[in-house]
Amino acid sequence: MASHGIKDQVAIIGMGCTNFGEHWDKSVDDMLVDAAHEAYESAGVVQDDIDAFWLGTMASGVSGLTLSKPLQIDYKPVTRLENMCATGSEAFRNACYAVASGAYDTVMAIGVEKLKDSGYSGLTGSAPPSDGTSSTITAPATFSLLAPAYAKKHGLDEDTMKEVLTRIAWKNHKNGALNPRAQFRKEVAKETISGSPLIAGPLGIFDCSGVSDGSAAAIIVRAEDAHKYTDKPLYVKALSFSSGPATGALDSTYDYTTFREVRASAEEAYKQAGIVDPRSEIAMAEVHDCFTPTELVLMEDLGFASEGTGWKEALNGTFDLDGDLPVNPDGGLKSFGHPIGASGLRMLFECWLQLRGEAPPERQIDSDKTLGLTHNLGGQPGACVSFVSVVGSQLG
Amino acid sequence: MRGIIGYGAYVPYYRLDRSKIAAAMGAGGGRGERSVASFDEDTTTMGVEAARNALRNAQVAPTSILFATANPAYLDKTNATAIQAALDLPQETWAVDTGGSARSAEAAMRGARGSEGIAMAILSDLRTGKPTSADESNGGDAAVAFLFGDEDDSPVIARSLGSASATGEFLDRYRQPGDSFSRIWEERFGEQAYLELGNEAIERALKAANVGLEDLDKVIVVGLHTRAVNSLSRVAGDKLVNGLESVVGNTGTAHLGLLLASALDTAAAGEKIMVVHLADGATVQILETTEAINNYNRFKTVESQIAGGNSSLDYNLYLTWRGFLDREPPRRPDPDRPGAPPAFRSQDWKYAFVGSRDRSSGAIHLPPMRVSMSGGSVDDMERIRMADIPATIATFTIDRLAYSLSPPVVAVVIDYDGGGRFQAEMTDVDPAAVEIGGRVEMTFRRLFTAEGIHNYFWKARPLSS
Repeated sequence: MASHGIKDQVAIIGMGCTNFGEHWDKSVDDMLVDAAHEAYESAGVVQDDIDAFWLGTMASGVSGLTLSKPLQIDYKPVTRLENMCATGSEAFRNACYAVASGAYDTVMAIGVEKLKDSGYSGLTGSAPPSDGTSSTITAPATFSLLAPAYAKKHGLDEDTMKEVLTRIAWKNHKNGALNPRAQFRKEVAKETISGSPLIAGPLGIFDCSGVSDGSAAAIIVRAEDAHKYTDKPLYVKALSFSSGPATGALDSTYDYTTFREVRASAEEAYKQAGIVDPRSEIAMAEVHDCFTPTELVLMEDLGFASEGTGWKEALNGTFDLDGDLPVNPDGGLKSFGHPIGASGLRMLFECWLQLRGEAPPERQIDSDKTLGLTHNLGGQPGACVSFVSVVGSQLG
Repeated sequence: MRGIIGYGAYVPYYRLDRSKIAAAMGAGGGRGERSVASFDEDTTTMGVEAARNALRNAQVAPTSILFATANPAYLDKTNATAIQAALDLPQETWAVDTGGSARSAEAAMRGARGSEGIAMAILSDLRTGKPTSADESNGGDAAVAFLFGDEDDSPVIARSLGSASATGEFLDRYRQPGDSFSRIWEERFGEQAYLELGNEAIERALKAANVGLEDLDKVIVVGLHTRAVNSLSRVAGDKLVNGLESVVGNTGTAHLGLLLASALDTAAAGEKIMVVHLADGATVQILETTEAINNYNRFKTVESQIAGGNSSLDYNLYLTWRGFLDREPPRRPDPDRPGAPPAFRSQDWKYAFVGSRDRSSGAIHLPPMRVSMSGGSVDDMERIRMADIPATIATFTIDRLAYSLSPPVVAVVIDYDGGGRFQAEMTDVDPAAVEIGGRVEMTFRRLFTAEGIHNYFWKARPLSS
């Protein structure tokens, strides 16, 4: 009984990613067609070359038909799956395993979500019939629980905490301003961020990721076949997933300053990839910055900063585009919004660009390191699912 | 000897300063304050709170519940069943509603007094009136619970010396089912009717009890007809018990119980108390306290609850809470209605706030779980009721986006004394006053109503001192 990982067994040979935003003029079908065909073109394949498909969407459709109909896929397997906000990553993970198993030669993972058709603010979801006792507070409220707990534990006063959160949003918007695919492509002044109307706890509107529509896709083959398609494949080094017992709201030892699921999934991913010190070995990371305190806590849980120091590192620019370890160089959920099924693959798309040196020059990271990390989270503090991938431009 | 063996009152936290009505509307209002049930309270939840106060120090549990209100949360469906469930009483308990009129309070009190075993009468009311009306201003919201039993069950603190009733069919106040306000005939007409009925019933009750007016220590005159109550009160002279008009208001179905509780709170042994209830007739009850009242351990007095109120409520919020002002909701979906089968399956949790405790590790699970989070043992749990256990705030947030009739929603993660954690919504609290380390207790509330289903569950509120 052991988890082995599939380091260097499969590779990404092509990717597609739509612009993220309020696509009043595009349907779910439109976005799937756009992302899929951009990925085909990127890999130099046609749809008939794909043996099987994994579609991640939380609520924009059910069953494989959600993909096979708009793409007119001819009687091939399409798996539709959902794993909360980590849905896109989960599609990718399962597609990779299908190739590693030898079952298929060429597969596609694709994620999509259309949030802007609901007419509501923030995320909405439909739950099965219940006894009516579950918490009904919103996502920003659940993640805002991190802020006072972190501040108290590590001795930050309210103003300093707000400054840390503000800088995280400022940094991600600054990166997003350089990204034509982002929903928000403008720098935002720190005073605007910190002075924005409060949504939940200390979180203002600018501490929350946006709500957008989007789709992203990846084509995956066995590593040994990758060079038939591209000179610069992206090898999968690690895929980990952690689904917790959801006891944060039951267990008094949980202090709302960490995600235990993230720690478990990071540890597993580093083991698979052979990473000892992520801070020094990784070139860049795309993390799940759904709300600013999430990114702060993730820096510690992913091992980018030691416990209690993430806030200092955030303030001194460690995770800036030109910092020691750039985090969310594409602008993150903050700039892209969070079309749930698409986000995990959108993160991989930035690794695809950066590690192959194909990001626009103004945001291309200058690094001799070859590894990128994506982290995707679903749920809430104390009850979540967490995904970590490590991808790299070199074998070994 | 059978009589009252315990009681508890519940006056909700909020007060409306009546001057705010005139300030907003240019009419109505008056002096003093009225009590106001919060947006998440109804007559059922207030009944639960009163019953919890009555039972908190009791050594016995009721075998029947008689619930009276003129403002029932449900029709067709019994409301007393939710109270029985919230009190974690066994299914052998007989729980029934009486209701529709303020007079139904008498049915609950007399029924409980005449029942076998330990019977609890719960009187609850939430009084509304059209904006600027006298009913709006003079009304109040409250609940009260009285436990009746035999000396063998528990010491009787007050027993009946005698009673008399009179019934009159005349139009005084009336309301169509579904209306949120009453209509009232010209006051002077009702006054005449009530005075005649009241005087006659008092005379017969005194005779039945074999006492004279001069023997009485306290007199309670109560009814929704203010003018008749004031006129008849003159017979009491300085023995009249304060009607709480200026601090609570007239709580309708609950008021006779609320004033009796208030009188018992300060009563010495051997006091004779006459209660006159004017409601579609007159019913007079003469009680005498016993020696046992000297040792009676009250959980929360009426006076302490009046003193603990919050008068900062604005009139526009009051109107919103009562449904008279339909405000713009957040751009969020309405909450889902609870499902009947899931609610039935989890009624120990949902209504009684009973979790599960792992017999081997002692870990407390809220909501109850079959598999232990500590050690993983399966189906080795015992039930543990957490409703009366205080807790401490571990962390919290103010949710300005979530659906609520009265935003923002305050959410707290709380750790119970002796173990157990839960993420609760907090109520009866100023969001600015919430802090880590703050102390809270649980209260039974109506979270929301969706598709005609009231979603009852527990919230946290600041621990009362």
